[in-house]
Amino acid sequence: MPIYSKTIIEHFKRPRNAGKIKNASGIGEAGNILCGDIMRLYLKIKKNKKGEDYIKDIKFETLGCIVAIANTSLLTTIVKGKTIKEALKIKKEDLIKKLGQPLPPFKIHCSVLALDALKEAIYDYYQREKIKIPEDLEKEHQRIVKTKEEIEKKYKEFRDLEREVLE
Amino acid sequence: MSLHSFGQEAKTALEESREIVADLMGAKPNEVIFTSSATESNNLALKGVAFANRKKGNHIIISSIEHSCIMESAKWLEKQGFEITRLNVDKYGLVDPEDVKKAIKKETILVSIIHANNEIGTIEPIEEIGKICKEKGVYFHTDAAQTFGKIPINVNKMNIDLMTVSAHKMYGPKGVAALFVREGVKIEPILHGGGHEMGLRSSTVNVAGIVGFAEACKICKKEMEKESKRLTKLRDKLIKGVLEKISGSHLNGHPQKRLPNNANFWFEGVEGESIVIQLDLLGIAASTGSACSSEKLEPSHVLLAIGLKPEQAHGSLRLSLGRWTKERDIDYVLKVLPKVIDKLRKISPIK
Repeated sequence: MPIYSKTIIEHFKRPRNAGKIKNASGIGEAGNILCGDIMRLYLKIKKNKKGEDYIKDIKFETLGCIVAIANTSLLTTIVKGKTIKEALKIKKEDLIKKLGQPLPPFKIHCSVLALDALKEAIYDYYQREKIKIPEDLEKEHQRIVKTKEEIEKKYKEFRDLEREVLE
Repeated sequence: MSLHSFGQEAKTALEESREIVADLMGAKPNEVIFTSSATESNNLALKGVAFANRKKGNHIIISSIEHSCIMESAKWLEKQGFEITRLNVDKYGLVDPEDVKKAIKKETILVSIIHANNEIGTIEPIEEIGKICKEKGVYFHTDAAQTFGKIPINVNKMNIDLMTVSAHKMYGPKGVAALFVREGVKIEPILHGGGHEMGLRSSTVNVAGIVGFAEACKICKKEMEKESKRLTKLRDKLIKGVLEKISGSHLNGHPQKRLPNNANFWFEGVEGESIVIQLDLLGIAASTGSACSSEKLEPSHVLLAIGLKPEQAHGSLRLSLGRWTKERDIDYVLKVLPKVIDKLRKISPIK
């Protein structure tokens, strides 16, 4: 069995919705400087007929491995046209399922990053529009920020150690 | 080995093979111990010498860019009470022989430095390091899995006491390797049993694999000089072409002191595994030291040791050449690689 499914290869070869949105309603970033993957999601949010916020357009930029790229691409195709509430309900298991075949265990974290970026973009939109942030999203935001800080700390320790060795 | 004629025939094939393998490194046949892999040879060299010379001392010196089987064996020996010094390398991956000299102390029993690194291809000053070890009366082991059959090796001229070589790295079969152990070197086996391979490696002998190994040695002996010149030319064309055609590209390893078949780069703003898979889709097999491709999610220790930051190691790509690589293959890589890097950079948030 090949390591990666057809769906992954397909999204990797032709990433959907790659790029930026000018005057985005919200921008979210997630990344891991140690493993190195960084992704940025841009959202254009409008009201639908029912008056609910929905994702009219979405674009992404990713510096990362095949799973990171394919997964972000896949996520954009899923959430485009969905309301924010629906988008926030998507779980990593949903994405992994859509990717076709089980990922190698050490690759699962790559699929979490795309969802984190989406949550951060919605969080950013809520902040800009001064909309009350739901408790769950606030918790997720805190977790993402904390992870980032921990990784940066680990990275800084690494750099300090490196300096020590060099000097 | 069995006494009947069939057993004798196998024994003859084994001993003839031993002579051929020994000949390519300038050793005596009885100094060649056949094993199953370079990993096994390296384990035997480190652990075997460590335990046999415990009374003399407990200090072992390695470099920081050894293959993981040396790194891990050393780490294990550390847990058994041995002291390990890991020498730093310069930005090209070179070990300074002066550092070896300074690191040797009364308790030192073994120095093990890789002949050429498997990732970045840098060829170490083995002869000089060997000379220092000889003067200081310390055993010197080198992991020559990457060099044996590719560049000339003479264990006597290069002052080597123990040396790891592997068949499949030189177009022989997988599952067979050898350890050169100079006559008189004190070493303990790690496999105990029927006493095969001069008592150093008990196990039924893989005769078919060993005969294949010897055949590979014969071919390499005949073609090495011409082949290494041919590959060096192609390698340099590839390196020059990549650095010229792709902005933000850098060579890892030494520009001249490197394996004829190795080129290693890092590219700004892209990730290595993505490059590898893009190239695979185009029919090119390559590899990377990116954290993404390792189960530990850590970048290659070799790339970090030559001073690359994790995000730089992240964008690394190794291209290896071989006996069937032609100039048109290099041209093809030079045609498609710039496009691949460009495509990946376009979707990257880091510009």
